[in-house]
Parts: sequence; C-alpha cells; structure tokens
Amino acid sequence: MTMTQDAKTNKDVYIIGVGMTPVGEHWEKSLRELALDAITALQADGVWARPQALYVANMLAPSLSGQTQLAALLADFAGLRGIEAITIEAAGASGGAAARQAYLAITSGVIDVALIVGVEKVTERTSAELEAALSTSSDADHEAVHGITPTAQAALLMRRYLHEYNVPEDAFAGFSLNAHANAVTNPQAIYRRSIRVENYLNAPMVSEPVNLFDAAPLADGAAAILMARSNALPEDLPYPPVRIAASSIVSNTVAIHDRSDPLLLDSVVDSSIQALQQAGLKPEDIDIFELHDRYSIYAALSLEAAGFATRGEGWKLAHDGVIAKDGEIPICTFGGSKARGDTGGATGVYQLAEITLQLQDRAGENQVQGARFGMAQCLAASGATAATHILSRKDGP
Amino acid sequence: MEISRHWRLKRQRYALIGEVCPHCKKKIFPPRDICPECSEDARTLYQFSGRGEVYSYTTVFQAPAGYEEHAPYTVALVKLEEGPMLTAQLTDLGDEPVEVGMPVEMVTRKLRSDGEKGMLVYSYKFRPRFKEAVR
Ligand SMILES: [Zn+2]
Repeated sequence: MTMTQDAKTNKDVYIIGVGMTPVGEHWEKSLRELALDAITALQADGVWARPQALYVANMLAPSLSGQTQLAALLADFAGLRGIEAITIEAAGASGGAAARQAYLAITSGVIDVALIVGVEKVTERTSAELEAALSTSSDADHEAVHGITPTAQAALLMRRYLHEYNVPEDAFAGFSLNAHANAVTNPQAIYRRSIRVENYLNAPMVSEPVNLFDAAPLADGAAAILMARSNALPEDLPYPPVRIAASSIVSNTVAIHDRSDPLLLDSVVDSSIQALQQAGLKPEDIDIFELHDRYSIYAALSLEAAGFATRGEGWKLAHDGVIAKDGEIPICTFGGSKARGDTGGATGVYQLAEITLQLQDRAGENQVQGARFGMAQCLAASGATAATHILSRKDGP
Repeated sequence: MEISRHWRLKRQRYALIGEVCPHCKKKIFPPRDICPECSEDARTLYQFSGRGEVYSYTTVFQAPAGYEEHAPYTVALVKLEEGPMLTAQLTDLGDEPVEVGMPVEMVTRKLRSDGEKGMLVYSYKFRPRFKEAVR
C-alpha cells in the first residue's frame, strides 16, 4: 500500500455502533434519561470505545425544557465528564448536522472516536406551546409572527403542488401507506400498524390539504451512533463497521417566500449532488433513501430534488410501489417520521442508525435485501438546511 | 414581547417598505440590505403597492401560543405585483372561497396581543380585491 492510499484509508470514517429508544410518549423519562437509554442500548449491543467528543443533536430543549448546555449535561450524566461536548441545532436537520460535525472532527485527525446522540422531549407541553416552539424554525420576523406553523407551511407547499401538477386525490397516500407498512415490524416505532388507502382518504384535515396521515407524529425519543476513524476501530467488532462515503450539509433561505421556486428544494438539490459526487455515485446506485417525511409533501419534493423523480412526479413513486421495501428506491424502511415517529432534532440520528442496521444485514423483517448504499437526508423545517450522508458497506468503493 | 423588535420592523409591517437594488433593479421584500440576486449593497427604500395575488393558502387550526384566540385563521403566500413573495394572513374573506391566483390587497390589522397588559402587534394582512377594482 502506498503512502497516499494509506493516508486516505486512515481518513475513512465508520459508524461502528448504534442504539435507539422506542419513539413515543415517555412520560416516565426525562431528557437526560432518554439520551442515556440510547447510549446504553448502543453499549448493550456489544460495541463501545470511549469517545473523545460528544455531539448532541437537539432542537427543542431550550424552548420546551428550559435547558441549554445539553451536551455538557449529557456527557456528565452518561459518565463521560470531561470530554469535549457540544450541542448542534439545525432544527429538523440537527441529527445530520451533528453527524457532520463528528465526521469533520474525525477526518481532521483531532478526534478518533465520537459519540452522536440525538434526543428530543416534546410530549409534556400543550399543543400551543409545542407549535410555538416548532415555529421558531421559520423566520421569526417574517413568517412565525404571522401565526404560521410548520404544518401550515407544508400545506402551502402541498396546495401549490396540487395546483401546478395534475395529480389524483390519493396522490400522496402511498407515502403514508408505505411508512406504516414498514413500521409494523419495527419495535421502536410509535405506530406499528398498517393502514389502507380508505383510511388516508377519510382522514380529517389538519391544515388543508394536509390531512392527519400526511403529517408525522412528533414524539419523544433518542438515538445514538458511535463513529470512529479506520485506524482507531476497536478490535473484535461484533458487526461490520459501516463506512461514511459522503457527508454534506447545505443551507438555503429560512423563509419559503424568499425562494424563487418554492416547490424546488434547492438545499436538497445541492446537498444530494455534493454527497453523490463525494461517493462517486449516481442516484440509481442508492439502494435505500431515508428522506425527510415529516409531511408527505416533503417526501415527494425530496425525491424530485435529490434526482429520483422528475419535477411534479415524485408522488408517482409512492403510487407505483417504487419506494416499497422491495422497490427500486425504498424509503422510510423502518417507518420514517410518519410511522416510526418524528423526534425533531433527533430524527437524523435515527435515520443513520437505521441505515447502519440495513448495511450490517441486521434490519430483521425490515431488511432491504442486498443493499450496498444508503442515503440519509434530514431537513430543517421547509428545507433551510439539508444534511445528507451516504453510508456504504465496509468493502464498498 | 420585545417592543424594540417590533418597532424596528414597523416601516415594513405598516407600509410595506422594502428596497430596490440600485445595481440590478430587483425589488426586495422583506428588506435585507444585500441584494439576493446580485449580492451588491441594496439599501434604497422602495414602497410596494400592496397589490398581489395568492400563490398558496391554508388554514391554521392548531395555533401557536399567542395566536389561539384568533384560530382558525387563513395564512397565505402572497406574490406582490412587483415580484417578491411574502407570508401573511388573509382577512375580510366573507363568503367567497379563497383560490390560488386570487387578487388581494394589503391592509393593516392586529396580529397578536401579548398577554393582558402586553403590547399589540400590528402588521400587514391581505384581503380580496373586488373584481371591479381589479385592473
Ligand atoms: Zn441586485
């Protein structure tokens, strides 16, 4: 092996372990206890190396739990007092953003092993308090002040989509059906039951045209992943480490109204292109796409912007079964935000943990057979930030 | 809520005063000082006509804290006739259904009152422009 190859190999970064809590209403658990549960689950899986840094992905602790300094708090609570610890906030993209920071720290050579924990505690506040906290992810002076919420923003985009493209009434049903079908066999999922298209069509409107099944449930949860450089991998790993083939984060306008074409998620376009280029892949090489499905319109827009569908046709992939577990581009393989449950800033960490299980052939009933490359992409609100990672089996290119 | 924060925004909220870029002539709202089109300095004030059309709309039922007493209310993306888009509530809707493309005009209305002794926040909202008034 030449020097250059050796240096490159030693810069490779791997996910070596994952841990998740069930997503749901954990009234008996505090924010810190939930986070520790995810770390404990990771350790119980038989993979551990003491991290030098902890990156915590969280959006809502300052507004809902009155807690900043979350990373320092969790490091101490998890028995890691003294290590470098920092909280990363990028609204719904916090999980991907935290993973990105860990990736940068490890590739820089400064950090060998990093722990990423996404955690969110949302269920003990009133819906008005929760809506107000969620609305802080929009432009406070020019969006939130007008009483707009993330649900209303999704509805504005979906209404325009329905106006511009000729789509049937049940166009978006497939996203919900697929997510629910996949969640049935995921022990961490909040909704472990399948639904039928009639359920979708008869669902009450939340903010027209967004109905109850177009909107993901927001709940408590925590997920952890342990990341390490190739020359710092613990010996005797029980499972093959999963390589991070690409890492990208891109920002765009926070306000929807500042975009020249609101139905084109520019951040998704840019971040997907960056990630695919880094990995040397094309969209058709991706075997699993864990995308942003907080509202079904974002799943359609993400498929289009990431290069899996042409504009105005993202919904067809859900309609025709292309996104199913045995389809050409499976999405939400453990239920996604829609049925596994959305955990705000922690969602991106769940996505990475789930793809890791897929590429280790440990996804059980949820396994996508023969998957080699998985892309995880989480968005902040309506797409002000897109964080994209591509994971690959260790022996991949 | 913060008095100075709303005071700073009163020109844009009460009079739709934005900016026009002296370099590329792009009309800018909300004002942002650096032109999003050409990245040059853009601080020349420009008052918008207040006329535009509905790009999209929906109804908020689960309102955030501070807005519950007004729920349900209609919010929209409004495309101003000079080009920029903004987010605002629709008001004075009467019986006519809202539609994408509906012509609207700006009015000034109360957005929220912060608690019993809190300050009132006023802002632009948009109402339907009657057909005979549409040029
Ligand atoms: Zn300009």
